[in-house]
Amino acid sequence: MNVLEVSGLSVAAVTCEKQVPAVRGVSFGIDRGQVLGLAGESGCGKSTIGLGLLRLLPPGTEMAGRAVLNGADVLAMAPSQLGAVRWTQASVVFQGAQHALDPVIRVGNQIEEAILAHRTATRRETRARTAELLELVGLPARRARDFPNEFSGGQKQRVMIAMALACDPDLVIADEPTTALDVMVQAQVLRLLKNLQMELGLSMLFITHDLSVLAQVSDRLAVMYAGRIVEEGPADEVFGSPAHPYTAALADAFPRIGDEAFVQSPGGLDGDPPDPRELPSGCSFHPRCPRVMDRCRTIEPPSFPAGAGRRAECLLLEEGAPEAMPT
Amino acid sequence: MAGDSLAAKARSPRSVVWARRRLSAGRFWATYRRSVMGIAGLAILVVFVLVALLAPVLVSSDQLDVTKATGPILEGPSLAYPMGTDDAGRSVLALIVWGSRVSLAIGLLAAAVSMVVGAAVGIVAGFRGGRWDAALMRFTDWFLVLPGLPLAIVLAAILGQSMFIIVMVIGLTSWPWTARIVRSQALSVRERAYVERARGLGARDPQLILKHVLPNLFPVIFANTILSIAAAILAESALSFIGLGDPLRVSWGATLELAFAAGAPTIGAWWWIGFPGACIVLVVLAFTMCGNALEEILNPRLRQR
Amino acid sequence: MTATLPAPDRSEVSGPPLLRVDDLHVTFAGRHRVFERHARQAPARAVDGVSLEIGEGEVVALAGESGCGKTTLARAIMGFVRPERGTIEFRGEPLGKDLRGYRREVQMVYQDPTGALNPRQTVYDSVAEGLRIHKVPGDEAELVDRALARAGLRPPGRFLLRFPHELSGGQRQRVVIAGALALEPRVIVADEPVSNLDASVRGEILRLLLQLRRDARISILIVTHDLALAWSVADRVAVMYLGRIVEVGPTRDVLLEPRHPYTRALLDVVPDAQDAGALDRPLLTGEPPDPTRIPEACRFHPRCPALADGRAAEAGVEEACRSDDPRLEPTVPEHLAACHLAHRRPAGFRVP
Repeated sequence: MNVLEVSGLSVAAVTCEKQVPAVRGVSFGIDRGQVLGLAGESGCGKSTIGLGLLRLLPPGTEMAGRAVLNGADVLAMAPSQLGAVRWTQASVVFQGAQHALDPVIRVGNQIEEAILAHRTATRRETRARTAELLELVGLPARRARDFPNEFSGGQKQRVMIAMALACDPDLVIADEPTTALDVMVQAQVLRLLKNLQMELGLSMLFITHDLSVLAQVSDRLAVMYAGRIVEEGPADEVFGSPAHPYTAALADAFPRIGDEAFVQSPGGLDGDPPDPRELPSGCSFHPRCPRVMDRCRTIEPPSFPAGAGRRAECLLLEEGAPEAMPT
Repeated sequence: MAGDSLAAKARSPRSVVWARRRLSAGRFWATYRRSVMGIAGLAILVVFVLVALLAPVLVSSDQLDVTKATGPILEGPSLAYPMGTDDAGRSVLALIVWGSRVSLAIGLLAAAVSMVVGAAVGIVAGFRGGRWDAALMRFTDWFLVLPGLPLAIVLAAILGQSMFIIVMVIGLTSWPWTARIVRSQALSVRERAYVERARGLGARDPQLILKHVLPNLFPVIFANTILSIAAAILAESALSFIGLGDPLRVSWGATLELAFAAGAPTIGAWWWIGFPGACIVLVVLAFTMCGNALEEILNPRLRQR
Repeated sequence: MTATLPAPDRSEVSGPPLLRVDDLHVTFAGRHRVFERHARQAPARAVDGVSLEIGEGEVVALAGESGCGKTTLARAIMGFVRPERGTIEFRGEPLGKDLRGYRREVQMVYQDPTGALNPRQTVYDSVAEGLRIHKVPGDEAELVDRALARAGLRPPGRFLLRFPHELSGGQRQRVVIAGALALEPRVIVADEPVSNLDASVRGEILRLLLQLRRDARISILIVTHDLALAWSVADRVAVMYLGRIVEVGPTRDVLLEPRHPYTRALLDVVPDAQDAGALDRPLLTGEPPDPTRIPEACRFHPRCPALADGRAAEAGVEEACRSDDPRLEPTVPEHLAACHLAHRRPAGFRVP
């Protein structure tokens, strides 16, 4: 059974003027021990999903649909039940997590705080668990005594990962965990995440705009645009032979060193990602699509199969087998 | 292409900037309106400013002349004299109406001096930095630690008593506070990327200050000035009260001085002390309320910018 | 893939370099940190002896991690920080005290286009600013129109009266570029010009820069941490580490056949979907680079994999690595590296 099964998730942020649809009917599932990469640019709704799954969005946000975590629908839970789910079944490594540490409290105490918020345990037990967690993320246990400003960016990120693992969750939601880090440190943290995921049998929802990172760590890949998942499938297949024009264009924006096709030829699209408040008609990608057809302007494409375990929302697929995207 | 720019020129860059200014002024007023404190303060100020401006219309200046006073001496408030009379038979109301001109004028002028000097010092120190900053800040600190009132007394005593001197004295002893606030703002604006970009385009310091720094400092300077006016009025009242004010002009503080000199508390002529005193308090309070309301509105925006 | 915008013929890019940096040193005074356990007072040698040349119409990528000094070098070239040693020459003349004329010819594009535009100024004013400062003759409105069009904002009339917050990230960056173009510069220094922009938008801005190079022969110095970006736009790549250039040469050479172990290590960690083994390759160990504590001798030697696994010893340069600071020298013509191992081996050697 899937650890997480999301169906028809819609999230509308309520601003002073009107409702803004951040997520529009998204469905996906994550198996036990699987990593699902969620890719997309600003405004596509991926971070909203990450926070929304644990109901961490600001009050007034409206959510519809189902998000079944370990058999129970998180969106239907009463606040009291949520407390039991948060952190023990699913936890979050936030965006900009390095700044989420309180500068005047020792790191060990902050991890203990996270543990005690969701479990009852003795002093000794939490200390031991904290030491265990720090070692798990590759930091010596004695560093629990140090303050956040004595850690580098990458080390702080490891502390945040340790905190997320504090109560043995089944699912870890990582929202841009390596974005602000140097490429060397990013590699270390990615490696850590992948190893932990395999060691502990974690399921992970890895949210980022960096498609090349996702292709390395994910088993499956879901690409979001304007609040919908426009393509989903096994990571190497989606990246290697995209079925949706947006996926192809996004992959193009991450040049591969050694690939002559990219020399003096940066990839990308014209125009900008759409503003959720003013979505185009029909297929929301049509103003920027290099393969747009007339029908695309009026018809919002449903999900079409695009190979084994793959799907994409594009009218080009209506005839059946996915056409190869010109590269 | 040319057609496009012609169409754009019809609505010239200048007119758009002004249109936007009007729009943001409208929005500003809408926000300000919501502050009870701000509106109350503004209302009081409007009343006093009107009184000050219309003084010649409301009350003949003859009433200030001791030789022409016709009222009963030291009489409490009555229908004929709503605020009572002083020991020369002058209407206290007349004194207050005319006194408002002096007190407000001195307060505004002194605050203007303080603002101009303080802002200039603060901007140059904050923006230039380095040795300029160090030197100017030491200079400011020196003025900051000087005891204001004794200094004012000494200066007034040496330089004489006139409205001009009082304005200068108050202005020159209160600018350090403005300077410090403006300097810290200038320090932060200086770091902004668009200031560096202007520098990269070739702008020199004076251009940078005028085009980029000053417009961003304006809100903070403005809010600070309003508060300075309150302080200046209070200072003028204090100086006049101890007898250093211009003897020829009847400010509220001067009225209080006369009242005390004549022994008003002992006699029990409460109206002679109470009404001028109340006016000082009200006006200072009103300016402070407005200034606080302004800071509340302007501050979050400052942080955004 | 999109159309390529190739570099001009190599023979056209001959002649004296347009911009030349020679043994530049920029140091920041030590800061006293009160609330840390180790109050650091050592000065930070952000740029520690850099020499670089940029030819006319050339795109040079200055690559490295944060703390390597690339941004400081860019800002020194722009005249925002004063070097305490070394020279910067433009068209053969060293920079004087008055940078006014220089500022017309060398312009900067910033990492954060939102911060770089005064929110109270319209697009027109932001672009016209440079023209007004230098009192450029001609019809201001026409010049602004032309600059906006060149920067890809068409029709210009649509954008003149907008304010920055009404534009998208890509459009803001184009306004910054237009502001620079209005002065008809010869060199554009771009500091991470696309890292704050959405991935799908980056391509257009980079293509714009390449187009400016092709059409107007503007030289571009791109500061970036992204080697893949360098691959897609640069003619030459210079890799920096702790204030020095450790390798520089034509893009293909440096990125496909690196001569310096640091460059190799960086390339190993660039995420590449096609490279399944990437996550298993050994990573650099040791302290991340700190410009206040630059190691003696070769500044990379404490972390150098070639030293650690014996290759340096094999080649007989181990002693040198620990005692001499290697200079940036050609390994083959045009491809320079600051590494004893690279110098020892003849042409054709590459770091495996």
